[in-house]
Amino acid sequence: MDVLFLLIPLSVLAMLAVLCVFAWALHGGQFEDLEAEGERILAAEGGPLDVHQAGARPAPEQSMRPDSTSTRRSA
Amino acid sequence: MNHGQSPSAPVYDDAPVRGFALAAVLWGVVGMAVGVFIAAQLAWPELAGGIPWLSYGRLRPLHTNAVIFAFGGCALFATSYHVVQRTCQARLFAPALARFSFWGWQAVIVAAAVSLPLGYTQGKEYAELEWPIDVLIALVWISYAIVFFGTIGRRRVRHIFVANWFFGAFILAVALLHIVNSAAIPAGLTKSYSAYAGVQDAMVQWWYGHNAVGFFLTAGFLGMMYYYIPKQAERPVYSYRLSIVHFWALIFTYMWAGPHHLHYTALPDWAQSVGMVFSLILLAPSWGGMLNGVMTLNGAWHKLREDPILKFLIVSLSFYGMSTFEGPMMSIKTVNALSHYTDWTIGHVHSGALGWVGLVSMGSLYYLIPRMFGRTKMHSVAAIDLHFWLATVGIVLYIAAMWIAGVMQGLMWRAVNPDGTLVYTFVESVKATYPFYIVRFAGGLLYLGGMLVMAWNVAKTVAGARTEPGRLEPLPAAA
Repeated sequence: MDVLFLLIPLSVLAMLAVLCVFAWALHGGQFEDLEAEGERILAAEGGPLDVHQAGARPAPEQSMRPDSTSTRRSA
Repeated sequence: MNHGQSPSAPVYDDAPVRGFALAAVLWGVVGMAVGVFIAAQLAWPELAGGIPWLSYGRLRPLHTNAVIFAFGGCALFATSYHVVQRTCQARLFAPALARFSFWGWQAVIVAAAVSLPLGYTQGKEYAELEWPIDVLIALVWISYAIVFFGTIGRRRVRHIFVANWFFGAFILAVALLHIVNSAAIPAGLTKSYSAYAGVQDAMVQWWYGHNAVGFFLTAGFLGMMYYYIPKQAERPVYSYRLSIVHFWALIFTYMWAGPHHLHYTALPDWAQSVGMVFSLILLAPSWGGMLNGVMTLNGAWHKLREDPILKFLIVSLSFYGMSTFEGPMMSIKTVNALSHYTDWTIGHVHSGALGWVGLVSMGSLYYLIPRMFGRTKMHSVAAIDLHFWLATVGIVLYIAAMWIAGVMQGLMWRAVNPDGTLVYTFVESVKATYPFYIVRFAGGLLYLGGMLVMAWNVAKTVAGARTEPGRLEPLPAAA
């Protein structure tokens, strides 16, 4: 079962990489105000942006969908 | 077409989404039709009439590749390209690579559809394709990763939506699995030898096979679930916090459960036990996620009565819950001693594949396709309902038949007389399975019938569309 000497270190390395990504997400502010993030996708164009991107707020998608005036679920 | 890059107005690049969505429906019909044909062959073995490229052994990998990688894969490409743009509020990164991923993936599918019936195979389950096709898969997959993560990189929302985490994990894990498992020494254009030998190869194969189920058939489709269920229900997911926990718990646990595919083999006993323990642990994140999705409808259950798309999505979750309960149970070594190598395994796989992967993809495509073609809903909502019932009845017939057949086979194979001889010959168990093969065929036929209804509905929807397929979105009049 020599191949376990490849698969187990490979899997451990993969888990360490996942752990690093998790640490980045945790300390990078990905998990602040989680419930609001869950609701954001429901707004026609994703709702208000973070303060960090407030200057770059996009136009609502309505302007580019041919029929989107008839529905709010066009996104 | 650079003018979509204006910083104030993302004009989404939906041409690849449209292409993949339609391809998913087409390959779904093809893959399921092949499945029904080989199911019929098990009941009526002479059906192929001795034509080698119609034989069961060659068509079975074609069926699995077509439904998993062609139908499921195209559905994943379509939904991930759609979701990542909407939730990041950014246009697809590297549109040329996105188009390459579409045509490259279609080329892989066609190459598989030709080479497998001709008998070219590496003989590794769910990784049968010969090395030149494997190289193309790797190129397509790297392009996919660049497009997807590039789009995340240019997102205008700081938070990365949970669906994108699932899609991202699926893309990265499949790249790693594919490259490690497909390592082979070519011996000509159509023949190669695996880089690993004997039980080593078996272990690598099931490290791949198990994680392909975990990341391709589970994580990717959970990405769909976390976007399309809230969108279709018009409610936020029950607990967004739980969805984050679901993601990280699944990612940390899944990779260690693979040895349960190799119980009672030459694999060391401790490795089998580790696999079993982690399989049992997996029950917790799986059910957490399932309940999270179902409870999204909490307080709005009436929508389930009226909306056939929600029926697809919610029932898919109940099959996800069923098969993620059944899987850990089957990984217990004493249960596995009964279930392994029987049709119970086939029933388990199809409760996951037809019930979870199939229904969640169909529900998501029913949400996606009209919107991608400038319409508000599918051509016929009644046809969606019809499809739902055909599919559900088909699944129930299929998995019930395979459960009964599997337990019966396991009991017949292990039955011994007082003097130690076997009570039944193998062929007696085959004969006893015959009626269940016919029921399974009928279930598959119903499921395929539902898919044909969907294809008709999609064709009618696209025919009445106001957005030309394959064309970029029109630009806003004023940015």
